[in-house]
Amino acid sequence: MNWLRKNLVVIIGLLVIAYILLPNIVVVIFSFNKPAGRFNYQWNQFSLDAWLDPCGSPGMCEALGLSLWIGVVAALISTVMGTMAAFALSRYKFPGRSATNLLVFFPMATPEVVMGSSLLTLFVAMGLQSGQVTILIAHILFTLSFVVTTVKARVASLDPALEQAAADLYATPAQAFWKVTFPLVAPGIAAGALLAFALSFDDYIVTNFNAGATTITFPMFVWGAAQRGAPVQVNVIGTVMFVGAVAIVGIAQAIGSRKRKVDA
Amino acid sequence: MAAGVQRRATGELRLVELFREYEDFVAVNGIDLDVPPGSFFALLGPSGCGKTTTLRMIAGLEEPTSGRILLGTEDITNTRAHQRRVNTVFQSYALFPHLNIIDNVGFGLRQLKVANWKTKAMEALELVKLADRAKQKPRQLSGGMQQRVALARAIVNEPEILLLDEPLGALDLKLRREMQIELKRIQQEVGITFIHVTHDQEEAMTMADTVAVMRSGSIEQLGTPADLYDKPATAFVANFLGQSNLLPIEVTSVSGAVAKVVSHGSELTVESASLPDGQTAGLRLGIRPEKLRLVSATDSVWTNRLSGEVTDVSFTGVATTYLIRMAWGQEITVTQPNDGTARATLGEQVTIAWDPHHAFVIGAD
Amino acid sequence: MALVVPGVRPVRRRAVRRRGTFTPLILLAPAMLWLTVFFVVPTFSLASQSLQTGDIDNGFVFAWEFQNYASALGRYWPQFLRSLLYAGTATVITLLLGFPLAWFMAHRSGKFKTMLLVLVIAPFFTNFLIRTLAWQVILTDQGWVSNVFRATGITGVLHWLGMVPNDSLMGSPFAVIAGLAYNFLPFMVLPLYTSLERLDLRFLDAAGDLYANGWQTFWKVIWPLSLPGVVSGTLLTFIPAAGDYINSKLLGNTQTVMIGQVIDSQFLRVLDYPLAAALSFILMATIIFMVSLYVRAAGTEELV
Repeated sequence: MNWLRKNLVVIIGLLVIAYILLPNIVVVIFSFNKPAGRFNYQWNQFSLDAWLDPCGSPGMCEALGLSLWIGVVAALISTVMGTMAAFALSRYKFPGRSATNLLVFFPMATPEVVMGSSLLTLFVAMGLQSGQVTILIAHILFTLSFVVTTVKARVASLDPALEQAAADLYATPAQAFWKVTFPLVAPGIAAGALLAFALSFDDYIVTNFNAGATTITFPMFVWGAAQRGAPVQVNVIGTVMFVGAVAIVGIAQAIGSRKRKVDA
Repeated sequence: MAAGVQRRATGELRLVELFREYEDFVAVNGIDLDVPPGSFFALLGPSGCGKTTTLRMIAGLEEPTSGRILLGTEDITNTRAHQRRVNTVFQSYALFPHLNIIDNVGFGLRQLKVANWKTKAMEALELVKLADRAKQKPRQLSGGMQQRVALARAIVNEPEILLLDEPLGALDLKLRREMQIELKRIQQEVGITFIHVTHDQEEAMTMADTVAVMRSGSIEQLGTPADLYDKPATAFVANFLGQSNLLPIEVTSVSGAVAKVVSHGSELTVESASLPDGQTAGLRLGIRPEKLRLVSATDSVWTNRLSGEVTDVSFTGVATTYLIRMAWGQEITVTQPNDGTARATLGEQVTIAWDPHHAFVIGAD
Repeated sequence: MALVVPGVRPVRRRAVRRRGTFTPLILLAPAMLWLTVFFVVPTFSLASQSLQTGDIDNGFVFAWEFQNYASALGRYWPQFLRSLLYAGTATVITLLLGFPLAWFMAHRSGKFKTMLLVLVIAPFFTNFLIRTLAWQVILTDQGWVSNVFRATGITGVLHWLGMVPNDSLMGSPFAVIAGLAYNFLPFMVLPLYTSLERLDLRFLDAAGDLYANGWQTFWKVIWPLSLPGVVSGTLLTFIPAAGDYINSKLLGNTQTVMIGQVIDSQFLRVLDYPLAAALSFILMATIIFMVSLYVRAAGTEELV
């Protein structure tokens, strides 16, 4: 009983981890299924069909490619703009700073459906044809605030004396930035970029409002496919993404912790 | 050893009517100061007295509201930090966490495009006895070592002036004592002008040739440590550097080298030379606790004598400190060295005495 | 040596150097331009749209048509209430599940800390539609979860609570809320973890030393210190959950329709733009109102 009380938090923690991982495990398992009917809900028979022909579902790989492309471009642009803004907000005092902070916060506090629909009204009013451009505009918009917040936290945790020390040691402001500040803020910028990519790659609601009839991203493809029975290939992509994410995040964390251990 | 970092400072640092004002307060309120080349100079004062702001203005990290900063014959007021041949040891050390020790120390040399920066950086690390840590990262080093790296990183550039911003503040007492001696040794070895900011009077007196005591943005008094201690010009200096017993006095007569004064009805003598020029009202006589003696009530050798009751005795080994209450209620602190003389006990009536030569007089604030 | 001459003040030279006056402006310009053109302007265009009248064939004209708001609330108040209720319940569940997990990761996981962090973050990167579809498989009628729930009587309890319409778990409020809680759990766990990791465990010893029992220690020491994480976690969960319709569409039925679904279909299928805009605006206003009340009550002005 005493043991239970001591380890209750561990037990609950592990159960919650299981809750988080359960759908991913199902995705992996069902990527090896050969469904009996249209719907891949019931285990039928082990098969490597989907793995051997990942692009076998028409339109899926095109949609995937588009999502990757949009994710990379959106992450790149919002990381550059967001990092600049984060520096301005954490390093300078200027009139209107708190209003600016609020403007950065609001998009995060706006439900996607509101953001998507309001952008649609703007694009309609402007007469802008929905498509890749409108999707990019929308993705940059909703990832921007997350980049600003992530980078700002990193910049704020930096000791301002470090930049002063660089200046004291004959570095011009530009040199101090590139030799001292940037390398130290880089992990935060990378985290912001990764988050921006993940948010863009994952988005369905905002995209659906602004994609138009012919541009189909991967989440839109999955949504459409789900109505008439999603192909097994979707699970293959899901599995690859999960394993890839575990690998990337795992490697990043391992490098981080090894660095800490060596340094300690 | 460390021939590369040998450098005699050539320029005198001059601060002329230096002001630094913020929206709501004045941090530095008009400072005029000459620091001769090669000296170990301390800016001493409580927190908020403007000493760090002064230092940062010399470094170029803060702009003066008005006034000028001269280094040798050059006016550096409008140059920026990276253009000044001045280096700083920061309070938090500010070692670059992403660079190893040798790259930290070599940072300034590489900015200055010094070809053999690595050799020079190693020499500087040898000077602070950390050559074996060159490849490690700052966080792998203890606080004391980080402090020495910060020192090496600044010294290696052979600046005209080295600024130290409370460099020993984060170290424990024992380490601090060691580093004080170490800093003094290094300063004498490299001959660079050191300007040291501290709130620790003992630290300032141990290391510096000249100490400037600062208070609310101005320099209160400037002099050698012995001068400041023995002849403080104000009550603030008298109490900030060590402890003082202050008695209000009125001058009754001056004849030659000796002046007669009265304090709370007791007639005392002071040296005429110690009286501030032209001031007669609000004078106070100051005597350090260790300059006071416990003497027998009948002793007539001493001209300056007061008596009172012992209200507190604390024995510290090397000395005994007494609090002695005077008839008018003031408690006077007396430190008696543990030299074998008889100790007084609590409640005892005692007579204290001092040599007029050992006392000082300060004017009204 | 010349010391201070009281009363003599040198002529004050203003701003010796202008350093970086325009720098923040230049740095902020692109992001602020983006936010203004594509967020502030659309919000106003949404507001103006919500007051228009007309239809898609004959065009819409601005007419201060407040009737749109009346009909939006009159027709869809159940979906509004349901969205807030589901999102609120899901937020409470993520908090209840996320807190022990965050504590476990921060203080009890030892060398597995990195691995656990990876396992919590990684699902983020798998498309959430695919993961939500997996819930369909998990909660399917003949699945082991349904069987276990039926056998242990949990289904019965859920039915009594009105969370499942019959004895199947799919297509129920229960499934929708479970899906919402699942999807937004990492948004709760990560800020909580950040807060709890900073918490010095010696505080607990100190609290124990000062005669606090377990519950008192939790409420008087741990909870207040983790409040910043709780506030940002609940905001990051509640706000997107209130507008979400993926979960209600994929895991629910016609009785679990949330407001996002209504806005989506009004905009993209019914093409009644003014009504849809009015719905969007009400949702946004409601959330901003609730969030500001909540943030004030929690006493943390520091947002996210």
